[in-house]
Amino acid sequence: MSAVAVAPDRTLDVQGLSKNFPVPGASLLHRQMLRAVDDVTFTLKQGTVTALVGESGSGKSTVARLISRLYTPTGGSILYRGVNVGAMHGKHQLLEYRSRVQMIFQDPFSSLNPVKRVDYHVSRPLLIHKIVPKADVLDRVHELLDSVGLVPAEEIAKKYPHELSGGQRQRVAIARALAVEPEVILADEPTSMLDVSIRLGILNLILDLKRDRNIAFLYVTHDLASARYVADEVLVMYAGQIVEHGPTDDVLQRPMHPYTKLLLSAVPNPEAGLHSHRLAARPKTDLAVDLVGCRFAERCPLAVASCISDPPVLLERRSHHLVRCPIIDPST
Amino acid sequence: MTGLLEDGVGPSPAVRQETLIELRELVVDYVLSGRRVRAVDHVNLDVGKGEIVGLAGESGCGKSTIANAVMQLLRAPAQVTSGQVLFHGEDLTKLSTEQLRKFRWRNVSMVFQSAMNSLNPLMRVGDQFVDMMKAHERISKNDALARAADLMETVGMDRSHVRSYPHELSGGMRQRTIVAMALTLEPELLIMDEPTTALDVVVQREILQQVQDLQRELGFAVLFITHDLSLLVEFSDRIAIMYAGEIVESAPSDELFRRPLHPYTVGLMNSFPPLSGPLERIVGIAGAPPDLAKPPSGCRFHPRCVHCDPSSHALYARQTTERPVLREVEPGHFVACHLLDTP
Repeated sequence: MSAVAVAPDRTLDVQGLSKNFPVPGASLLHRQMLRAVDDVTFTLKQGTVTALVGESGSGKSTVARLISRLYTPTGGSILYRGVNVGAMHGKHQLLEYRSRVQMIFQDPFSSLNPVKRVDYHVSRPLLIHKIVPKADVLDRVHELLDSVGLVPAEEIAKKYPHELSGGQRQRVAIARALAVEPEVILADEPTSMLDVSIRLGILNLILDLKRDRNIAFLYVTHDLASARYVADEVLVMYAGQIVEHGPTDDVLQRPMHPYTKLLLSAVPNPEAGLHSHRLAARPKTDLAVDLVGCRFAERCPLAVASCISDPPVLLERRSHHLVRCPIIDPST
Repeated sequence: MTGLLEDGVGPSPAVRQETLIELRELVVDYVLSGRRVRAVDHVNLDVGKGEIVGLAGESGCGKSTIANAVMQLLRAPAQVTSGQVLFHGEDLTKLSTEQLRKFRWRNVSMVFQSAMNSLNPLMRVGDQFVDMMKAHERISKNDALARAADLMETVGMDRSHVRSYPHELSGGMRQRTIVAMALTLEPELLIMDEPTTALDVVVQREILQQVQDLQRELGFAVLFITHDLSLLVEFSDRIAIMYAGEIVESAPSDELFRRPLHPYTVGLMNSFPPLSGPLERIVGIAGAPPDLAKPPSGCRFHPRCVHCDPSSHALYARQTTERPVLREVEPGHFVACHLLDTP
């Protein structure tokens, strides 16, 4: 590994990441490609939560899967502490990377083997990655369960997944991720399948882990309010591209991109009422078509002719606040 | 106590003259190998003509069981143990299979969360409208297709989509199609059980705005079931909160939003981080919903309640042994909580 000198808090750098998928049903000779992720760049830092928000199909989960190497990128690179992950070879290096970068999935009902007890799920990574001597595994399992609020740990460890609630199962998934002492956790909609009264517990756990273990989180979600609650930085994704990126409060309180504004106005707001913001129903962008201009143009209330013809560039329009829209006025 | 709201409570007295659906002391049990799990426990709930009533609660609280009871869709192991479901005063549990077949879609129709996946993948959308219409009235295929196209238009879709197959439509468009289908026979009540939970916020808002416009135009009543309380406050006239099979609070939406009284409702309201204003750590509700096979004694919420404290002996004794009763504490505002009936 030839590590380039990087700032110590930059755990993971994603640079110009792209992923194309073949369009199903298209002819093999003229294969159309769907640009699910297009030139995505960001950095995950120690002890920081970065939220990746967008609607379904925006490519946000694909980004998490690319980082976890469930998919191979079409272009761009992922640097872990300055080392290009794509150039890693051999079982040892990959095993090492996978123990540093862990993923938590949306559905805690399908991510745990139903015929195995909790202690099996949490001890497996300890054994595979040889984190502790065999004799100490059970103690560590109890410690881990305890650290994610699953008490009494000795009792929970003996349970099967079906004996646990959704929130408890998600905590088991988090304990399993923590077992290998990761530096990065990719959480893909970790609360969206949970009951409202349980969600906060998981969000608070993320905040605690960020603080206590200095973990870098990528929090993938469509829920802007929860992103505001846990994240230090927000990336807004639309049709495979980052359209806005900046400190959480700046992006969510003073959004610049018309898409971010649309998303924010669609969030239920009891104070305002359902018809407080009229949304224009517009077609969704077809990702398979090679659009020259802005991908949001056909839904955008501000669109002008140049939006269709000129590709917008992600630019810093306010301090640390990047926007992919040339026509907005950053001062408003 | 019969009907939950008898004295014309709601945003506008005009729309509450007539009760459309009335649940009276409804009890639904799931009976499995001799074990009885009470999913709905003596629930009283009215939906007036043209009224939008929201029913909120977490998974397993019995809200979907209520929807299925109104549609008379409960199948074993679920059974209505006692109580009544009245539609215009008529007991639905007494209807024959044929009467029920006519009743569904015509009088009450339902859109549920996975409805968008219930379209037949091998049939064009329009033909599925035709089948449903033909089951209820004499109508030619061409007339039925024309009406299907009109309906698609009213829910914001292109007329040409009657010729589409379900896989050619996005999730949001399929759910719109289901809403159009549910409104085809102009039912008096539309039940929506988590209709937009699987959809994006933007699509969710578009569909609900459309439903609200149609509701104002056509005057049907809506029973809207969701776990998303803030959405419910925006959309409904009146809200009932369910916990562990019971209604624990019910009030006009504005009133419930401004002055929630049951600790569970307060906890639910505090479970959503704010999108604006100051941000501090919030805790939501401790613990998890109870296992209804062995519900807690006394108030079912007491193990999670912040106001349940063993050092206040008298109150604690009541909270842990006595079931609180739903009482009207303000005009139109009903709460089942010992805190409010202990002087």
